[in-house]
Amino acid sequence: MEQSAVMEGVVKILTPWVKNDEALKGVSMETNILDDLKVNSARLVDVVIAFEDEFDIEIDDEDVDTVNTVGDAVQLISSKLG
Amino acid sequence: MLELVPQQAPFRFIDEIHELDREHIVASYRFSEDADFYRGHFPGNPITPGVILVEAMAQAGVVAQGIYLYALEFSAEEVEKVITVFTDASVDFSGQVLPGDRVTTTGRVKFFRRKKLRAEVEMRKEDGSLVCSGELSGMGVPR
Repeated sequence: MEQSAVMEGVVKILTPWVKNDEALKGVSMETNILDDLKVNSARLVDVVIAFEDEFDIEIDDEDVDTVNTVGDAVQLISSKLG
Repeated sequence: MLELVPQQAPFRFIDEIHELDREHIVASYRFSEDADFYRGHFPGNPITPGVILVEAMAQAGVVAQGIYLYALEFSAEEVEKVITVFTDASVDFSGQVLPGDRVTTTGRVKFFRRKKLRAEVEMRKEDGSLVCSGELSGMGVPR
């Protein structure tokens, strides 16, 4: 899967939990999910489960700790997709 | 398990836990006719506030269930370092609970990951009628 398609899927999944719409308009690989998009940290589990369902992958809880930016999520998902 | 639930009177809404395993919990509570909130909700027409019903469901389906699941993975010392806080809920109300009513809450675990628990929870009165139901979530955080 193209990285742009993964990026599109990640943003689609994050969108319902984004509290900063301005940051969402300018979203990039460097956008921080918690600090910039203001996604509630308690929603990260929901986000990860949505990633697993959308991309048909399994994400270890330890891997979630490496995800800070949208790019981190895209890289992690891409690595699982092979 | 009840000893580990941190909420205490007058904000404890579990009398008994009847069933508890990895997948579900069944707990009950009788609302005291003397509960202070009935004085204002509503004067002359006391009805248990919806937020209290949600709290009662959360104490069973999220807090007690969460402590149980956490204790399966971690030591008692670690369990004592964590407190479960409410994170989100979506609840439909179908009936009223009046002073003196006894309710039974049944929770079923949807997921428990990274100290976050989401459960499908419902509350019924003694006649079996549904009071409220929905999905509730909580997360363990350091005390």
